[in-house]
Formats: sequence, structure tokens, C-alpha cells
Amino acid sequence: MKQWIFPAAFLAVALALPMFADASRLNLAILVLMAAQLGVSWNIVGGYAGQVSLGHAAFFGLGAYTSTLLLVKFGVNPWFGILAGGAVAVALSLAFGWSCFRLKGHYFAMATIAVAELVQIFFTEWDYGGAAVGLSVPMHKTGWAWMNFASKLPYYWLALALLVITLAVNLWIERSWLGYYFRAIKDEPDAARSIGVNIARYKQVALSISAFFTALGGSLYAQKELFIDPGSVLATGLSIKMALVSILGGVGTLFGPLVGSVVLTSIEEFTRSMFGGTGRGTDIIIYAALIIFIAVFYPTGLVGWWRSLRWPRLRSAARKGERKGLGELA
Amino acid sequence: MSASILAQTLASGILIGLIYALVAIGLTMIFGVMDIVNFAHGEFLMLGMYSAFWLFTLYALDPIVTLPLTILMLFAFGVILYKLVISRIANASMLSQIFTTFGIMYLLRGVAQFLWKPDYRTIENSSVSGTVHFLGLQVGEPQVVAGVGAVLVTAAIWWFLNHTRLGAALEATASDKEAARLMGIDSHRMFALAWGIGAACAGAAGGLLATFFPIFPDVGSTFILLAFVVVNLGGFGSVTGAFIAGILVGVIEVMGGLLIGPQYKMAIVLMLFLGVLMFRPQGLMGKA
Repeated sequence: MKQWIFPAAFLAVALALPMFADASRLNLAILVLMAAQLGVSWNIVGGYAGQVSLGHAAFFGLGAYTSTLLLVKFGVNPWFGILAGGAVAVALSLAFGWSCFRLKGHYFAMATIAVAELVQIFFTEWDYGGAAVGLSVPMHKTGWAWMNFASKLPYYWLALALLVITLAVNLWIERSWLGYYFRAIKDEPDAARSIGVNIARYKQVALSISAFFTALGGSLYAQKELFIDPGSVLATGLSIKMALVSILGGVGTLFGPLVGSVVLTSIEEFTRSMFGGTGRGTDIIIYAALIIFIAVFYPTGLVGWWRSLRWPRLRSAARKGERKGLGELA
Repeated sequence: MSASILAQTLASGILIGLIYALVAIGLTMIFGVMDIVNFAHGEFLMLGMYSAFWLFTLYALDPIVTLPLTILMLFAFGVILYKLVISRIANASMLSQIFTTFGIMYLLRGVAQFLWKPDYRTIENSSVSGTVHFLGLQVGEPQVVAGVGAVLVTAAIWWFLNHTRLGAALEATASDKEAARLMGIDSHRMFALAWGIGAACAGAAGGLLATFFPIFPDVGSTFILLAFVVVNLGGFGSVTGAFIAGILVGVIEVMGGLLIGPQYKMAIVLMLFLGVLMFRPQGLMGKA
């Protein structure tokens, strides 16, 4: 029973929130939900399977571009576009995995940056895809049938629904044989290989699932913001944020990214509204200091820290963030 | 396309490649000794550029004259950064190492933007300007001076590593930390030294670039990607490899820009990077 307290409380708050929130708070809530969904998606490959990707913006951008291009150029309904975006991202993840998965650790992380950077260059130069100027989502067909709304509230429900679906898939993975395979790949790759786990295949499975849900988030972003360009949907900073949300909350934990997103997005938006307009980078400084602080002192994230408070024996291990068991503790 | 344009491009590729090599040598040294990829390396270069810029603007000191000062400042910065932050994550997980240096990258960019505004700045009328005519080639004098300067700094590091006791101790730590420790080498001192030299290399490159390259807070982002490519191509931890690979990447980048289009320069380099990672992950000079 106890493990249902947090999700039940979260869902209650999430369902009640639109009744109390004004427009700007609702917008913040949407940003929190969307960032959480991306973190949960990243966590599948980066947390559970332990393959640190710093190029997830490529999947996000492909999702956003696929649904938007289909809508703008061929009038395809975004409900199909969003799934098409997921499919395209899975296709890229196959190329991604094929080229990067034989690399370990730092090499993998650097290769993912390179792949994402290539995708960004491609979209910046591709005239049909709007090049550096970007694409606008037309507003002439609104309503649920076209996933396009004049008000923010429907996007809130969509973001919440997408997050719940992604969490449900994560929960299923965590409890199924797939989850055991992923953790085995992360913690004991040699042992896993010796008992016949096809490491390359399951890394790929993790990446493809992760890419699919990241792309769904990208399409939703495009529908909400009504405008995309390479700088907003393919930037390296976006890849970092997806990973960061998980790390802040707790890598390899189900609700870690959600906790991380609530904290990180709030701080980000707060510092941006406080200092962002000055153009002096104060918001970046606070954000960066936070990253360093977490990475140095709490590598197991807030969930790990919380558990270490309840089980003091874990505390020293949590602070050290032992090389292998980063996710195990939480 | 005439042969002279080709020769001209080749020359400028080699010259910029020497700078890439210098940046990459700093990166490869930190990685070789500590197994940490420094994502903030481009920001060390940025700090070197600003150091040259302010010394020039405020005190009218020429970037070439102040280069030793820039190098010293960045060395001190690298050591202090190690003592304050990096030493705490020496044995941490890869994830926390990656995000620590990523955070430092953002922090330095933010601080630069805070202190010096996001404007593009240039150094006008330094002692090196104009063009050099050599064997029928026309090359910018700042580029030539920067290339020569990069070679000199690289040579100094090579000499230090191969002909001094301290350099030998550093190399020993890089090849086997435990064994080096048992020989009485303090690995923390060596790590600090590696960060100092690593930052100094990037700072030197920044100081040399400052005479002909725009200076702005995010300038490091292009150089860090290029440095990754160079370091991988040369083999992680190999100084000689980074030197050769730096020149190679400079030439490939500039030639690719000439033959295919300047907007694809980076794409060509990145594809080369992925190709090397996939087919020869140990790099050209690295051991398998």
C-alpha cells in the first residue's frame, strides 16, 4: 500500500490544480509535466540501462519536426503526426544505437552529442523544413480533433496524460524481465553477457523506447508552442535538461524525474523571471551552480537523499554515489 | 579551382589545426591522468581570450606580450578548480563527473556573460595584423603568429613531459595510478598539475586566437566539439596523437568548407568523429 501514497497524492494534486491555478501558474505546471515526461523517457536508457545519452534533443526535435511538417505540408492530423514522430525517432535510434552502443561510458556520451549536433545542423540547413527560420503550426483547425487549442488548459491535460502513460510504461518495464535486463546491463554487463543476455539488443530496446516517448513529448511541445526552430527543439541544452531532471530526482527511479522536474523547472522559471530579462546570465549562473552542487554532493538525487534520511545506513553510500550502484540505492 | 587557392586553404587549415591541437592536448592530458572528460574545456579557452582582450583594452598590452601571463592565470585557475571542485569527484560515478564539468561549463559562460556582457568583441590593431607573403601564399599574420605560438607551447609541454622528473611523474600517474602511488607520487598533486596544464593549454590557445577571432561568452562551444574530435582521433591520453590529429582536423575542416560549403564544415568534422569512434575507437595513435 505504502508505495501508492506518492503517486496517489501526485495525481490528486495534478487533477485539482487547474481549479486553483491562474494562467501563468498553469503554464508553469505544463512545463513541469512536460519536463518530467522527458526525464522519465530519458531515464529508461540513461537511468535503468545506464547509457548516459547527451543527445536526446535529437529525438525530441524529430518528434516536433515530423508532426509539424506533416501538418504544415500535407495537412496530416497531429494525432497521427505524433505517432509518426515517434516512429521516425525510433528509426533514428536504430542508427544511433548501431553507431554508438559499442562505445562505453564517456565515449558513448560524446558520440551522442555528435549525433544530436549533426541532426541540428541538418535541420538548420534544410530549406524545406524551414531551415534556421523554423516552422509555425497553423491555428485554423482547433479543438481536440486537431490537438490544437486557443487556451492552455487542454495542453495541461494532454501533458498530464502523456506523463502518466510514460510513467505506466516505465513501471511496467521496472517490474518486468526487461527491467532486470536493463539493470544487469548497467551494473554487471559481463555477468549479464555470460548468462546469455544479448547486451547490444537490450541497450537498443531501451534506447528505442526512450526515443519514442521523447519524440511524443517533442510533438506535444510543437502543438503547444505553435512554433519550432532548431534552436528551440534541437539544442544541446535540452538534452542536458532531460538528463538533469532525472539526475536531480534520482536516476533509475520511477518518480525521480518527476520530483526533479518540479524542483528544477520551478527554480529555472523563477530565476528566469527574476533575472532573465537583465540579459546578464544570472539565471544561467544559478542553474549551473545547482547542477554542480547536485553532481558533487548528491549524485543519487533527491529520491536517494530522502531514502538516506529514512535509512541512515545508506547515507554514506548515497553521498559517495558509488560508481556502480547509483540507481540501485534509490 | 586553382592550385593556389588549394595551397592557400591547406596552409590556413594547418595553422588553425595547430591551435586545435593545443586545445586538445590540454583535454587529453586531463583525461589521460584522471579519466575525466572536461566539458568545460572550451570555457578555459574563452577565459584565455578575455584575459588577452582586457589586458589589451585596459592596459594596452599586446596579446602576444601578455601570453605568458594568460598562461599563468589559466594554470592557477585550473589548479584552484581542481582543489575546490574536481578533487571531490575524483572517485565519483561517471554521471556525476560528466555533470560536474557540464555545470562548470554553464557557470563560466554565465559568469562571463554577467561580467562582460554577451557582446562580440575583437582586438583591433594589435602588433600582429596584416598578411604574410610566403612562397607565393598569402596568409594572415595573426594566424601565422598563432600557429607558431601553438607549436612553441606544444613543444614546451612535450619537453616537460619527456625531460623533467615532474613530467615523468605525471605520465606515470596517467599510465598506472596505483603503481605511481606506490612509487611515492602523490596522485592528488598530479591531478592538480594536469588540470593546471590542461587549462593553461586552452588558455594559451585562447590568447593566441584573440588577435583574429571574435571574443564572446559562448565561444568555447565550437572549440570543445573540435577538441573532442581531435582527442578521439589522436587517441585519448596521447599528446603526440592530439598534435597530429589537430592538424589533420584543421585541414579537413577548412578543405571540407572549401569543397562542400562552409555551413557543413562542422558536419564533416562530426561525421569524421563518429567514423573514428565506430571503426577505430582507440584513435590513430592510441593502443588497442
